[in-house]
Amino acid sequence: MGRYVIRRLLQMIPVFIGATLLIFLMVNVMGDPIAGLCGERQCDPATAAQLKREFGLDKPVWQQYLTYMGNVFTGDFGTAFTGQKVTELMSTAFPVTIRLTVVAIVFEVVIGITLGVLTGLKRGRPIDTTVLLLTLVVISVPTFVTGLLLQLLLGVEWGWIKPSVSPEATFSELIVPGLVLASVSLAYVTRLTRTSIAENRRSDYVRTAVAKGLPRHRVIIRHLLRNSLIPVVTFIGTDIGALMGGAIVTERIFNIHGVGYQLYQGIVRQNTQTVVGFVTVLVLVFLIANLLVDLLYAVLDPRIRYA
Amino acid sequence: MPEQPFEPERAIAGTGMGGAMDLAASEAETLEQQSSAASGGRAPGGPEGTGPSGKPHSLWSDAWRDLRRNPVFIISALVILFLVVISLWPSLIASGNPLKCDLAKAQEGSQPGHPFGYDGQGCDVYTRTVYGTRTSVTVGVLATLGVAIFGSVLGGLAGFFGGVWDSILSRLTDIFFAIPVVLGGLVLLSVVTSNTVWPVIGFMVLLGWPQISRIARGSVITAKQNDYVQAARALGASNSRLLLRHITPNAVAPVIVVATIALGTYISLEATLSYLGVGLKPPTVSWGIDISAASQYIRNAPHMLLWPAGALASTVLAFIMLGDAVRDALDPKLR
Repeated sequence: MGRYVIRRLLQMIPVFIGATLLIFLMVNVMGDPIAGLCGERQCDPATAAQLKREFGLDKPVWQQYLTYMGNVFTGDFGTAFTGQKVTELMSTAFPVTIRLTVVAIVFEVVIGITLGVLTGLKRGRPIDTTVLLLTLVVISVPTFVTGLLLQLLLGVEWGWIKPSVSPEATFSELIVPGLVLASVSLAYVTRLTRTSIAENRRSDYVRTAVAKGLPRHRVIIRHLLRNSLIPVVTFIGTDIGALMGGAIVTERIFNIHGVGYQLYQGIVRQNTQTVVGFVTVLVLVFLIANLLVDLLYAVLDPRIRYA
Repeated sequence: MPEQPFEPERAIAGTGMGGAMDLAASEAETLEQQSSAASGGRAPGGPEGTGPSGKPHSLWSDAWRDLRRNPVFIISALVILFLVVISLWPSLIASGNPLKCDLAKAQEGSQPGHPFGYDGQGCDVYTRTVYGTRTSVTVGVLATLGVAIFGSVLGGLAGFFGGVWDSILSRLTDIFFAIPVVLGGLVLLSVVTSNTVWPVIGFMVLLGWPQISRIARGSVITAKQNDYVQAARALGASNSRLLLRHITPNAVAPVIVVATIALGTYISLEATLSYLGVGLKPPTVSWGIDISAASQYIRNAPHMLLWPAGALASTVLAFIMLGDAVRDALDPKLR
């Protein structure tokens, strides 16, 4: 187990370096970071040169990358051009987005798996067909359309929720945005669980469990569901990174000041430090979530052992 | 090698195109083993190759027979046919000019001759919705073609030859998977000033190929181990002959399935990027641009948003349903 984790952590290093380098290069292509500093006006060349020296932007890109990564590992993500520490921005933005992601994942797990089990057991019946069709519709409507429509209906027309979320972004305010963020993944979790349940339903261990005379709910939950969850857990695990990155759209619609908001502002204002810093953390979250998923396999299926 | 048996599951990893392709990938992974097993050592016939009686059916002819009877396939194929026709000749059903607008009529609702009303600039929403089809279909088809060709060539070659290049490619796909797509789009496309569709397509190919390459790689590795490939190799067939004549026809099914479903998600991604202000730019007529513009007026004139959004959703739905039907037809496990 310990050796396996260490090996996986070592394997993460090249991916981490590659992904951050890629985003570093992309941001560098993004344009002159100094231009964003002088507001709408053109920068005075002397000032621009001085600023570049000050921020170390006159050095080659690889050198900038090395310096940056060196700083990151001492906990210094740099300073945004507004003068705020990037870590400060993170400490306000990440809790909000984490709350939003938690709400989304709860929706995925509770609604997605329940619907998946239900349809997987009733394969071919009307309820199965209806739910399958519904999931296709949910997948087809882009998140920003779902978000705008729910905001219009629930927030403006019916007044059930506030159309935009307050800066505190409490859990209760994030229910509808979380549902919007989760919607597409929720449909996938449903379909994935359904396929998996339907496949495993005919397996020997389920027949054995039924033959032993176990009650139906115990067969379904302890035997069938547990063995069917591996692909679902994989999906949800890898989805954590996608949800946090994909929150850009949801956060924009509901005016939530989380990671997506900061990233969007960073990109629009060409604030490279913010963008690179946030993406670095997102990449880390993605990699760690993947590792946790792999470790979770052993919990779900005791046959899997990590030497 | 504890992680070895789980390679298939890991294939759904990816912050990818909103998950759509991820799932398709996982479903295709199970499919690829089945399909190569089902088509066995036989040379696969074309879709019409039902073959004379007594001769066993190939995977493709079986799939085609299933598809023709599947109402989901028929409906989605008809919708897609319609979309392709109006994207080629939009003037067939819309006589107006999508760029001719009358500010005096801004935000007005439905009127005779203008069933969808007017948008914020006083343009006819119906005409713009019809003309927007071309943009969406073009982006979807070209991005999918680019991704499919680029991804399956790279992934297929890596799977066939293995070795160092295979390892490098696998690590490279890992790297691309770690970057959220919408985020990459925002960063890369925020500098683009061109208002053609090419930067958007280029971006989709750049960030989309790892998905297909992973599928193609796995598929080729499975097909490579079949007896008929060994037999052909023993008979002295060259690598190119093995790849083109023996492996490709038996490994291409999962790629087709994932690509069809991906087409819908690319159309959706284009709209999302346009909504964020980095995708296509006016005067290009696009559903994404129109929805984005309409979202500011959503409280007063929701019709401006609903029509292009409805068109977008139906188009994506048609492609996803088509992909779903094709997958069901190619997956013998469900028979």
